[in-house]
Amino acid sequence: MRNARSPLAATIRQNSGFLGAIILLLVLYLIYNLLHPRGFSAALLIQNTNESVAIVFLAMAQTVPVLLGGLDLSVGAIMTLTNCVASVVVSGSPQQILLGMVVTLATGTAFGVANGLIVVYGRLQPIIATLATGAIAVGLALFIRPAPGGTVDDDISWALTNDLYELVDTYGWFDADAAWFSSFAWVPVPLLIVIVIAFGVWLPFKHTITGRTVYAIGSAEGAAYMSGLNLDRAKIAAFTLAGFFAGCAGLYLAIQTSSGNADITQAGAYTLNSIAAVVVGGTSLLGGVGGAIASLVGALVLRVISFYFRIVSIDPLLQPLVEGLVLLAAVSLGAFRTLRVKNQLALFR
Amino acid sequence: MKIAIPSLKSEDKPIFIASGFILVILSVGTVYTLSTQGTAPLLSPGYLLQQLQTGSFLGIVAAGMMVVILLGHIDLSVAWTMTAAAMMATTVGGDLAIPVGIAIGVGVGLVNGFGVAYLRVPSMIFTLGVDSVLRGLMVAHTGGFAPQDSATPLMRALASSKLMGIPSAIFVWLAVSLVIAIMLKRTAFGRQIYLTGNREMAAYLSGVRTRRVILASFVVSGVCAAMAGVMLAGYSARAFQGMGNAFLLPAIAAVVIGGTRILGGQGRYAGTLVGVILIVLLNSVLSIMQMPEAGRQVIYGSVIICMLLVYGRGNKVQS
Repeated sequence: MRNARSPLAATIRQNSGFLGAIILLLVLYLIYNLLHPRGFSAALLIQNTNESVAIVFLAMAQTVPVLLGGLDLSVGAIMTLTNCVASVVVSGSPQQILLGMVVTLATGTAFGVANGLIVVYGRLQPIIATLATGAIAVGLALFIRPAPGGTVDDDISWALTNDLYELVDTYGWFDADAAWFSSFAWVPVPLLIVIVIAFGVWLPFKHTITGRTVYAIGSAEGAAYMSGLNLDRAKIAAFTLAGFFAGCAGLYLAIQTSSGNADITQAGAYTLNSIAAVVVGGTSLLGGVGGAIASLVGALVLRVISFYFRIVSIDPLLQPLVEGLVLLAAVSLGAFRTLRVKNQLALFR
Repeated sequence: MKIAIPSLKSEDKPIFIASGFILVILSVGTVYTLSTQGTAPLLSPGYLLQQLQTGSFLGIVAAGMMVVILLGHIDLSVAWTMTAAAMMATTVGGDLAIPVGIAIGVGVGLVNGFGVAYLRVPSMIFTLGVDSVLRGLMVAHTGGFAPQDSATPLMRALASSKLMGIPSAIFVWLAVSLVIAIMLKRTAFGRQIYLTGNREMAAYLSGVRTRRVILASFVVSGVCAAMAGVMLAGYSARAFQGMGNAFLLPAIAAVVIGGTRILGGQGRYAGTLVGVILIVLLNSVLSIMQMPEAGRQVIYGSVIICMLLVYGRGNKVQS
């Protein structure tokens, strides 16, 4: 072995797409802050993270079935359902609020399990099965909340959508003005929530046998079967995880907006945006390549691009057009692959 | 010599089951109306024709969608293709209204086909991008409001007049159906669609210009969506924002309920026809029962799941 490469170089080479997305995000956000009149302020960071949490969670939810080589068209609907559930149960005493949050997340997870069971034991294509279960989820959401509204406890709504200082101050855990605390009191709570769930749930899952099996199914299902992997368990786990992440999105949306809204159009738009975020993050729609952290970055890239519309003077009527063109351009970037391919046959699946 | 035993081919099974389900829907609805109002409007030809008239728009969209799904691709841009075609048709007006609308469909189809066939971007995401670009163009064009122009007399005639007591929209639907069915069954292009949908690499190696097949199929889908949009504008006398949004998912559902494989390569046009009728009648029975939107969505989803569990099951991976 000449040219023995260091593990670090290998890691960088293997994740060049992911690193590219991170650099793109950092550059975009840096320029955004430079252009913004209140750039580099904690208030702006809090506002931006708040507006990104729902789509970030949904993008992570979408990633897991996509890694299988499927698609989950119900993630937006599950988010809507859990949003409506949360708007009913997340209020009252602290114990009730905590229980309500658990119930909300359990609803999303249970719906994900149902998706997984239908796909595995019903042997239906995920894309069409989740299209149908998505309709059911939106229907249930409408049962719970025929008109937008509901209440979410004000304290938790305030504490979880601001910085750490407000969180500590609201619940009086300790003196929020303490000197040791001041250096990171500005950190937005939504940012922490996303990081904790992304790294606390996704990364451990990815390294379990079930998580590796998800990747294996996406790469070559037949080979995964012949290797003796438990395909059914991995598929159910993938949809369950998607349901859990979508539940997180719904719960946060309820906390952020203090209400539930069973909006069919919104559910559809969120689902489609989650697919876009997954693709921008570099996860292959054919399965087997990518990850939830990459989709997190992809979702953030799309969000930051839409933030630009607020500071760049652009006719509001042209805004949807520019957004569409950016999305189209972003997904067409992958087309450069076709120019590099030497064997035409490699282009056909 | 083996004697061919007439048996139910696997491709015909969905059509028979879906047809049976249509009868179930009709009888449940009739029992309901008989018990509550003492009449049976569902069985009157006039009512059924009216339902088919409103269903013809969905039928035309689904016809185009099916061609793309047979390739193993999907066209998520039909919603705003419909709206864009309708809006441009009403804006231009006069004799050119319908040709301009159709031209929009051709244009959108060419863009979609180019992206999917030549750039090799997954259709799911490329047509989604085209959809949002079209939405942006229409918002910029109309200022975000419903345009004031109204549909031309010919558009209205196509969508809402009657010919020999039968709504003319049904004739348009039948004409589109005939063209698509013959195209799929009797032309080289139709067979190439099935071939490409089954295994694009094999089709390519057998000399099928698969890229052109994909491009042409997306044009077919775009034209169908544009026709439906123009007719819908004629039916409601004008074009408005988001008029096509309610058609995307039902169109996909109709194609799949009709037995077309979502991964491509298998399916008959008769199935799509039955699928559209099933969805239209299901909707009308639910609205007769005054089912709230929540119940509709749940029943809608459950019906799709149940139909597919009966005949849409894939094979277990064994190797």
